Order: sequence, then C-alpha cells, then structure tokens
Amino acid sequence: MRFDLQIIASLIEPGSRVLDLGCGEGELLQYLKEQKGVKATGIEKDEAEVAVCIGRGLSVLQGDFNLEVADYPPDSFDYIIISQTLQQVYEPVALINTLLAIGKKVIVSFPNFSHWRIRVQLLFAGYAPRSPELPYEWYDTPNIRVITLRDFRNFAREKGIAILREVAINTHRQQETGHIVHFLPNLRATYGIFLIGRADR
Amino acid sequence: MPDVCANLVIKQFFTFAEPPHELVLESGERLGPVTLAYETMGTLTPDRDNAILVVHALTGDSHVAGCYTKEDARPGWWEIMVGPGKAIDTERYFVICANVLGGCMGSTGPSSLNPVTGHPYGLAFPLLTIGDMVTAQKALIDHLGISRLLAVVGGSVGGMQVLAWCARYPEMVRAAIPLATTPRHSAQSIAFNEVARQAIMADPHWREGDYYGEGAKPDLGLAVARMIGHITYLSNESMRKKFGRQLKSRDALSFHFDAGFEVESYLRYQGNKFVERFDANSFLYLTKAADYFDLDDYAATGLSGAEISFLVVAFTSDWLYPTEQSRTLVRYLKRSGLDVSFCEIESDWGHDAFLLPNERLHSLVAAFLSRIFREGSAENKAADGGGHAF
Repeated sequence: MRFDLQIIASLIEPGSRVLDLGCGEGELLQYLKEQKGVKATGIEKDEAEVAVCIGRGLSVLQGDFNLEVADYPPDSFDYIIISQTLQQVYEPVALINTLLAIGKKVIVSFPNFSHWRIRVQLLFAGYAPRSPELPYEWYDTPNIRVITLRDFRNFAREKGIAILREVAINTHRQQETGHIVHFLPNLRATYGIFLIGRADR
Repeated sequence: MPDVCANLVIKQFFTFAEPPHELVLESGERLGPVTLAYETMGTLTPDRDNAILVVHALTGDSHVAGCYTKEDARPGWWEIMVGPGKAIDTERYFVICANVLGGCMGSTGPSSLNPVTGHPYGLAFPLLTIGDMVTAQKALIDHLGISRLLAVVGGSVGGMQVLAWCARYPEMVRAAIPLATTPRHSAQSIAFNEVARQAIMADPHWREGDYYGEGAKPDLGLAVARMIGHITYLSNESMRKKFGRQLKSRDALSFHFDAGFEVESYLRYQGNKFVERFDANSFLYLTKAADYFDLDDYAATGLSGAEISFLVVAFTSDWLYPTEQSRTLVRYLKRSGLDVSFCEIESDWGHDAFLLPNERLHSLVAAFLSRIFREGSAENKAADGGGHAF
C-alpha cells in the first residue's frame, strides 16, 4: 500500500467506523477492514472503481462526495478520510464543516505546495511548478487550489478546528516507501497528513 | 431429443388464508383463500441460512430460471442471472420465486375463481398494494420454515417489493438488492400506467372486467397497454440502435397504416405476444399497486436501525425510474443509518437493462451476495463458538 495510506491507516483505531471520500479501488478501506476490523464505507465517482470496491466486499456508493456527505446523520463515522483530494474541492470550508459534523475526526492529506523543489521551480525556472505529486500542466490540472502545510495550520486556527495530529511525510506518488519529516516539514515534506477534530472536543 | 435443460424446476402451489382467517389487505378488505404459485432452485442448508427470494417485476412469474421438462426450451425470465454458477448461484443459494398476489400465472388474482360466487373475481377482486404482495410472500417464506432470508432481490416493481420487505419485516432480511427501481412513482410513471389502463378499459370487450366467459377478451386494449410499457422500458438510444427509421421489408414508404416502420412492427408483435400470456384485469391491479407504492408509507414502521445491507443499482439510460430516484432511495437509506452500496451502470438499454446480459451487473450481484453469505457464516460461527464456550 502507498506510504501515505500506511500513515493514514496508522492513525485509525481498530473497530471504528470509517468513511473514505474518493476511495478509488478501495485499497485503503480493504486494508482497514481486514487489519483493523473497521466498518468501512467509501464514496467514489467512477463506476468501474466502485465495481472493483463492491467486488472486494466493500460498501461503496457511486457519487460526488461533495453532495453525498450531506445525507448522513451526525456522528455517523469515527473517521472520515479525504486523501489527496482537498486541492480539487470547490468549497473546502463547507465540506470540512460537514465532515466534522457527520464524523468525529477527519483525516486530511494533500500534496504540500511549499516543498523546496516547487519553490525552486517557480523562483528560477519561472513556470508554474510541476512535481511528481502535482504532475499536471496548467491547462489540464484537476487541482483548483494549492495548499501548504502552513496554510492548513492557519486555516484550522482561523476556523476553530483542532489539529489532533500532524504528520509530514516525504514520499513520491504511488510509492510504498517514504519517511516522516520532522525537521522543516513545510520545506521538506511532499505531503501533509492532518488528523483534525472539532475544537470543543 | 437432446436435453436442452438440466435444471428442472417444478411449479408448486401454496394455499393459505382459508376463511375465516383471510389475508387482511392494506385497504382493510379480506381475501382468502390465497394461493401463491412458486418455484425453488438449489438446496436449503440445514441452518436455513442460504435462502434468496427473487421477486419479479410487473408482468413476470414464478419461473425465474430452469425448465419444467428436459425438452422444454423456454428459459426462465432471469436465466442469465439465476442458476448453477450464475451470479445468484443455485449451487450455493436456495432460490425462491413466487408469482405475485394479483397476478395471473398461478397465484390468486382477478382471474381466479371467487369462492363466494363460483365465478372469476373480475373487479370484485380487492385493490392490492405492494405491501399486500409482500405479506403473502411472507406467509410462503414462513411455510418454508425460513426465519431469515439471506437476500431479497428484484428489479423495477420487484425492487418495490424488495423495499416493502425491508420495511415490513426487517428482521427477516439480511440483504436487499433493489435494481432499477424507485421509492415511489413519479407523476410521469403514474401517467404512463393510467394511459395503459385506459387502453384496456376502453376496449369494448373489457366489459367492466367481466370477460372471463365465452367470447372475446380485451386483447386489443391489453396489447396497446403493453406497447406503452415497452416504450418506457427502452430508451431513445436503444430504439435508435434497434430500429432507427428502418422500414419493414420495403425500401419506400407504403402510404397506408400497416406497420411500416420496424419499431411499429416490434410494438405490435410485443403487444400480440403479451395477450397470450397475460390477463387484462391483472394488469390493471398490478399497475395500480405499483402506482400506490410509496416507501414512506412503510418506512415509519421499520428500516431505521435495521441490520440490512443494501446494493442499489440504477442504469444511466433508464428514464422510467431514472438514477435520481435510486439516489433518493440511497439518501433515505443513509439517513436511516443503513449499510448501502450504490452503483449507476452505464447502459444504453433503458429500464430493461436489468434483465439483459450485463457483465457489470452480474459481477456486482455475485460479489455482494458472496460477501453477505461470508459475513453470515462468520456470524453463525461466532454464535456457535459462544454457545460452546463452556
């Protein structure tokens, strides 16, 4: 399993109720179901990927998670995972607020736009940065916003969201190996993973 | 003659609700005795935990799969889905399918003899609901000694019965597969049914439903009703692919009212074929029951907190029960805290898609049922383990 997903899995308590937004072919959910005995649910847009998930014995809904999350009662889940997708969400504030209502904790991961290689590209080469984590051209990227670790921390503070854990990692897209970055994470980490919760908890 | 079919099935009959213990219908009327025609395939496990009830759509019957004799070449209506090694695998599961109450394929309906008069019921038959059909099926399941169904599976009006099962008897259902269905008819669906009913009732041979003696039946009306149905079962795209503007055997327009276009000929053929096997009054009663169905009427009594896993499937080109109606159902199930999977399958074949070969549908159903069966076995083992702990 991808290194970032391994880190996310490590944040989840056994036996909990987990919702994975944009769960793809359900690799993480299946791991969590088998290894941690979680009650796993996924939402995925792509019909073929949904079919793979259901084929794996997972409970998955086909749909746009921005809309689908609105229909769950409060506290339906212990953890909601939104992995490498936040940069594609149109209304992240509304979404995260909804997630913190229907789930007790939310795990957010995203590519860190302030990694030094990205900074160097913009500074010296002068073109819109492309990285293994964000490999698109300006005209074909699905990403509508860029996020840095520092941005997310500020965002949480402003919105009264509690950051319960922060794990900065250095790994490449699709790679199963990587390491946790402790020193200068905003500069050196390729991905940030945040475990967040309601501030009143 | 070679063996066309190795999976022999027998149409069986179960009669219950003998007076004075008639079936009490949702309308408050009483009906009895009631007979259900049903067929089974596969073997019930000693634990009776592998039973799947397949419920048919508007004009289906108990003959879901297999053959009545070895030479019988007529397949069941869901042969591609049900059988040994199929998605609903009869080597693993015990499959039950009954003709609905109000039908005309062996179960009690308006063409059955009214024990009070000795004549067919006709319009003396009480109006039915989807819930009434399910109540009757429940009596059959009780009779078979099954306390909990592994799954209830059905498409279209069958899907409504699946939902009514879950709402009425949640403790008896482990999993549900409603396909190409809706929690309630839209005005448009009711409108199509009403036009179909009017076609029957406008036929002079209908005679207020009293046509069972000698003489003509309202075949023309019933055929037109079926044609309307067929239009709603297809899609614009499937009609374009199947027929386009193709003419039947001529290159030029004929300039008279014969079935000149292929699509006209197809509809006439379907209509004429239908009247041979279906009763016009049954069509009236069953379409009305479908129109009456509203999951909200049943849900107050059940569903919330039920331990039922759902697999909901819709098809992109189904305009009779569009995907959005399945999504409404999914939303409702989510709000009720139920375990639900949903897939919208890309298909050009309209509402009919659930009855046609579809690799995706079959693999979804097979995988979902395997999971439910596996989880059920694990639960049983855990329960047994607990029992033997001392």
